[in-house]
Amino acid sequence: MSANSLAYSEQSGAEAAVELGQETTPTSSAGGAAFGLFSTDFKKNEDLKEMLESTKESLKLEAMKRVVGLIARGKNASELFPAVVKNVASKNIELKKLVYVYLVRYAEEQQDLALLSISTFQRALKDPNQLIRASALRVLSSIRVPIIVPIMMLAIKEAATDLSPYVRKTAAHAIQKLYSLDPDQKEHLVEVIEKLLKDKSTLVAGSVVMAFEEVCPERIDLIHKNYRKLCNLLMDVEEWGQVVIINMLTRYARTQFVSPWRQDGVFEENSEKAFYDSDEEKKEGAAQTKPYVMDPDHRLLLRNTKPLLQSRNTAVVMSVAQLYWHLAPKHEVSVVTKSLVRLLRSHREVQYVVLQNIATMSIQRKGMFEPFMKSFYVRSTDATHIKTLKLEILTNLANEANISTILREFQTYVKSQDKAFAAATIQAIGRCATNISEITDACLNGLVLLLSNRDETVVAESVVVIKKLLQTQPSQHSDIIKHMAKLRVPVPMARASILWLIGEYCEHVPRIAPDVLRKMAKTFTSEEDIVKLQTVNLAAKLYLTNSKQTKLLTQYILNLGKYDQNYDIRDRTRFIRQLIVPNEKSGALSKYARRILLAPKPAPVLQSAFKDRDRFQLGTLSHTLNSKATGYLELSDWPDVAPDQSVRNVEVVEAVRINTRSDCYYRRDEDHSEEKRLCSHSYLVFCSRSDEGQKNGRLEKSGSGSGSASASSEESSSAESSSESGSDSDSGTDQKRNTKPKPIKKVRDVIHVVHCFCLSRLFPVQVSSPVFVPVRPHELLHRMTGKGLAAQYHFPRQPCIYGDHMVSVQLTFNNHGDHALEDIHISEKTSTGQSIHCFRPIGESGSAAVLGRTCSKTERFSVSIQPAVGELLLPVTMTEQDFSREQGKLVGMNESSATITMAPETVSSQPVSKKVVSVANVGVVPSGQDNVHRFAAKLVSSGTLVLVCVVQKDSSAQLTVNTERTVVGSMLLRELQTALSSAP
Amino acid sequence: MIHSLFLINNAGDIFLEKHWKSVISRSVCDYFFEAQDKAGEPDNVSPVIRTPHHYLINIYREKIFFVSVIQTEVPPLFVIEFLHRVAEMFQDYFGECSEVAIKDNVVIVYELLEEMLDNGFPLATESNILKELIKPPTILRSMVNTITGSSNVGETLPTGQLSTIPWRRAGVKYTNNEAYFDVVEEIDAILDKSGTTVFAEIQGVIDACVKLSGMPDLTLSFMNPRLLDDVSFHPCVRFKRWESERVLSFIPPDGNFRLMSYHVNAQNLVAIPVYVRQNINFFETGSSGRVDITVGPKQTMGKTVENVIVTIHMPKVVLSANLTATQGTYTYDPVTKILVWDIGKLNQQKLPNLKGSLSLQSGAPKPEENPSLNIDLKIQQLAISGLKVNRLDMYVEKYKPFKGVKYVTKAGKFQVLTVPSHV
Repeated sequence: MSANSLAYSEQSGAEAAVELGQETTPTSSAGGAAFGLFSTDFKKNEDLKEMLESTKESLKLEAMKRVVGLIARGKNASELFPAVVKNVASKNIELKKLVYVYLVRYAEEQQDLALLSISTFQRALKDPNQLIRASALRVLSSIRVPIIVPIMMLAIKEAATDLSPYVRKTAAHAIQKLYSLDPDQKEHLVEVIEKLLKDKSTLVAGSVVMAFEEVCPERIDLIHKNYRKLCNLLMDVEEWGQVVIINMLTRYARTQFVSPWRQDGVFEENSEKAFYDSDEEKKEGAAQTKPYVMDPDHRLLLRNTKPLLQSRNTAVVMSVAQLYWHLAPKHEVSVVTKSLVRLLRSHREVQYVVLQNIATMSIQRKGMFEPFMKSFYVRSTDATHIKTLKLEILTNLANEANISTILREFQTYVKSQDKAFAAATIQAIGRCATNISEITDACLNGLVLLLSNRDETVVAESVVVIKKLLQTQPSQHSDIIKHMAKLRVPVPMARASILWLIGEYCEHVPRIAPDVLRKMAKTFTSEEDIVKLQTVNLAAKLYLTNSKQTKLLTQYILNLGKYDQNYDIRDRTRFIRQLIVPNEKSGALSKYARRILLAPKPAPVLQSAFKDRDRFQLGTLSHTLNSKATGYLELSDWPDVAPDQSVRNVEVVEAVRINTRSDCYYRRDEDHSEEKRLCSHSYLVFCSRSDEGQKNGRLEKSGSGSGSASASSEESSSAESSSESGSDSDSGTDQKRNTKPKPIKKVRDVIHVVHCFCLSRLFPVQVSSPVFVPVRPHELLHRMTGKGLAAQYHFPRQPCIYGDHMVSVQLTFNNHGDHALEDIHISEKTSTGQSIHCFRPIGESGSAAVLGRTCSKTERFSVSIQPAVGELLLPVTMTEQDFSREQGKLVGMNESSATITMAPETVSSQPVSKKVVSVANVGVVPSGQDNVHRFAAKLVSSGTLVLVCVVQKDSSAQLTVNTERTVVGSMLLRELQTALSSAP
Repeated sequence: MIHSLFLINNAGDIFLEKHWKSVISRSVCDYFFEAQDKAGEPDNVSPVIRTPHHYLINIYREKIFFVSVIQTEVPPLFVIEFLHRVAEMFQDYFGECSEVAIKDNVVIVYELLEEMLDNGFPLATESNILKELIKPPTILRSMVNTITGSSNVGETLPTGQLSTIPWRRAGVKYTNNEAYFDVVEEIDAILDKSGTTVFAEIQGVIDACVKLSGMPDLTLSFMNPRLLDDVSFHPCVRFKRWESERVLSFIPPDGNFRLMSYHVNAQNLVAIPVYVRQNINFFETGSSGRVDITVGPKQTMGKTVENVIVTIHMPKVVLSANLTATQGTYTYDPVTKILVWDIGKLNQQKLPNLKGSLSLQSGAPKPEENPSLNIDLKIQQLAISGLKVNRLDMYVEKYKPFKGVKYVTKAGKFQVLTVPSHV
């Protein structure tokens, strides 16, 4: 610890000299933390407290650095909480960060004090700088204090609609934190996840999928609409997100697509075991007649993940490998081999995990890794667990063709200095010998040679393996048994194995067996228990087959066993005696003694330890541990029949209603002033229903419909590349669905509400919900000019779901004609300085169908939407004080006022506000005086504040509008003037 | 995902802990210590350990165990890869990833860990972004900080995190614009006693040091891209261009980075640059053995083989070595039983030789396996596979950069087997 303190004093600032006295006082050893706490550390904390409370920034920083040092070493620094938390609002970034570190560490323990800091974060959540917003959310959500759950929830909802993808990413992380703090919030959190899943930013994708996996992995339905987008974004998502998304998509694909494995038969290379249950195999046979066609979405996933095999991140490569293993047609899986083998060049830990996965794969598909056999050769420098895994794989790969090479390699391993590894090699040889009958004899001979090895473990292992091998074909190998009988192996397990072998096959070695028993009888008392048990067994078996020679010996051994210290042996002895020595007490059992003791025993099956690991998804922790880890999600079996594919079809969010009303959203560009270009000219195109016309219309639709709609809605540059690919897939699906009726999307009210939160961040005032006013429709197209089609628009005064710089406009179409209209859409925009988020073409406009008319016409009409200036506002709420303060700032140029004569009906206060609100979308500011009415709003496009004040004096009134945008101000003034002076 | 991280030194001291979720008592490490005891060698510790309530995933690097605590299912490679990134980041920041360096810079370490993970999920792992957030310590900066009381935390907030090119920061400016590429190849080989190649392959990497202003867009092409069999890229490389044209097109990160690593096509015969004639004998009687090793150049394409080092892990019974080297020096460590012969440059005319006797523990049986030799070497100006960079072009930016390509061949896992003498 003293070394540490010295290190600190090097770093420390000008105060180093002052502290030096304290630093050099002998402190307790680093290990005795608990003791140190009460003695010197406590004293140190006292001076830390002083430093934290000082006014000098550098002193505070120095103190915080030392506090963080304490935390890092696991020391308790919680008593400093009050002193530290005061600095949470510091201007110094590093100090602030260190305070955050401290806060996150101790907030759980000091919940009440931690609440002091919350307001700071709430303020920071509204900071114009996205990174500050994000970091505030990060810390706020990391404070594990249950009381602030509602605040966190609100902050997350707000951040989820933030303009900055970085903040939204942070929100996705916060979801998981809140969920672990309070699982009851799940329902609300799932809503936020659903929204974030729609996000097109590559930054957000990985994090939100992570949140999805943690909070609601069972809600697979949320993925449908985002599936194609995720596949297309995958290449550009950061590495860690890729891993999470690929794993999730693997699970998804297994529930949504049919098995691609039907045609190529099940595991042509490994007939002994099928991956799937036998009943599925039968089904496969039946299904052979119908050729399998892969779902294009299934192919999309495989195609888009393949390049990631070239990633430098080993986790990404592994996750793609497991995806191919679980999802790709059999003949395609081998593309991952090379990449997996490449990973073996990486760190030891990586090798360990990759080798485990290869071991599982190589059981089922030898062919995949056989060409790379040499990569699995063991090196003397490998760690033991790596060696064993390589051995496992080599054994799995062994076949008639390569066994001689492998055995030669094994021979060098047996001589290894690492004896545990040598023993494992012998086991492996045994496995090869049983699997490949051609080499059984060669292996046996090799193993017998090893019996003369000097090392006990090698010999013992050989005996055990030989025993297993002999069980398969004992009659031919009596000479080996004889050889073994002569062995003097000190390892008990091996001795026991030899005794068992001789007992079992005593008929093959009739002359030696009694002699072995005689020798064992001599040393019986000094043997290990396991050997004693086998000696008793041997005696019993010999007694049954060759009682003439061994009767006395057996009696002797049974007597020894009777007085053994171990009760297992005493029990066994008593049992054997009753069984084989007939007397009057022994019942019917002794008749069957021979059948009991000398029953033919099945040969043990030597198989890989990785045999049953394929029940786990490859690459998972559960697979590595070979047991189900907490939170493991099962990979489901392929469905027999593919679920509806159309669920993945994506449409641009739109609001087509059955009565052919549609919402149209447009956004204003900020660099243009609003007042001049308040109208936008658009052409409405529709074609009459006919065969030809239908074709025409469709073509236009797929071109201008989805493409332009999504392109105009994007504004962040980071999303641009993704939107391209997104719209590609959109139009692709469009064409496919040509003949199907278009599903109708409903407007999501949730989004509207949440957008209010979103706007509130831009300005330090709360956006309030608009006051209800009766709808005032404006005519867009008259039915006469429109040849039967009439269109109206009004401003629903709801926040736009496409972006908070846009104003929503609701269009209503009515067909007054006598034939159906189709494919109504906005074809081109001659708007200046505005961007319109188009609605999707409306498929059909229902009317009385006139059959038999074959006219094909495409009509276009020029229309214009002229929004009143009052509709370009969003109401905000503020207090009277705030209002006066803001008004005080907006004087001179920014103020326009007029005196008006009010209509007599409007003298009382109620009608005044009603009138103002009907003209402009403003919020009412509570007022103390009866004759003064205040209204506040802001411009949707720029967020500029607009303040309206009406001061009544008898029948006349003073009307004032304050805003930075003077033109807006004067226009609004004029409109209000007309509204207020006119009769209701 | 990653719940907590403990850094443990070889002596078993937990010298740093960091929690990203609620605090987990350090007593969880007892399970790790138990596994460590069982494993003996640090390398033998299983990377994944199960405890009743947690899973411990650990890596061992630079004599430090990075032990992370996991609570739920997560791909183990995800954690392992991340831990290695952490170690590399320490290396990058402090020049070494050692206990001393970490303890000296504990505050920076903490700030780094805080930025790298949020709620256990990786947030910023790109060195470029982190260096903007937290400035690496330099002697000059720490002096300035001491005097002015300023800090290591970046005043400006990084932009890279928000752009589509997260690996490069905006507004890079250099007076000398330079781009260097090192093509480094390693030969992995196993030779048997007669010198026959049992197994050989070439693995290569291209490390780059790019110091270019602005947002340059580079294209690197090879004379013989067919040689490359299996490749992996830094995320900056456009994979589509590689697929179609076999060129590397990328906007480089600023500073040092690994552009690609590759594996040379297995069909090509690997040139083995050296040969080794060796004879290691242990005698049945007299507790002694003999060593006679000669190293000579083989296929070197006319270049000199440098930095040749022969390392032998002797059997446990070897007590000491009494040898003479005609070139270079040798050392034998009786504790680790490692014999190291540092030869240096290989001379065609006078081949270096190491000869002498070994003394064994008396009474012990003679070792049954002869040790294998591990060889280290280096050849400048040569990529043993024959890979050659054709040209490097720069787009977008106007200035003329200085470009350089360097080739080096090294021995990777280069092993020479010795057949047991009693056969």
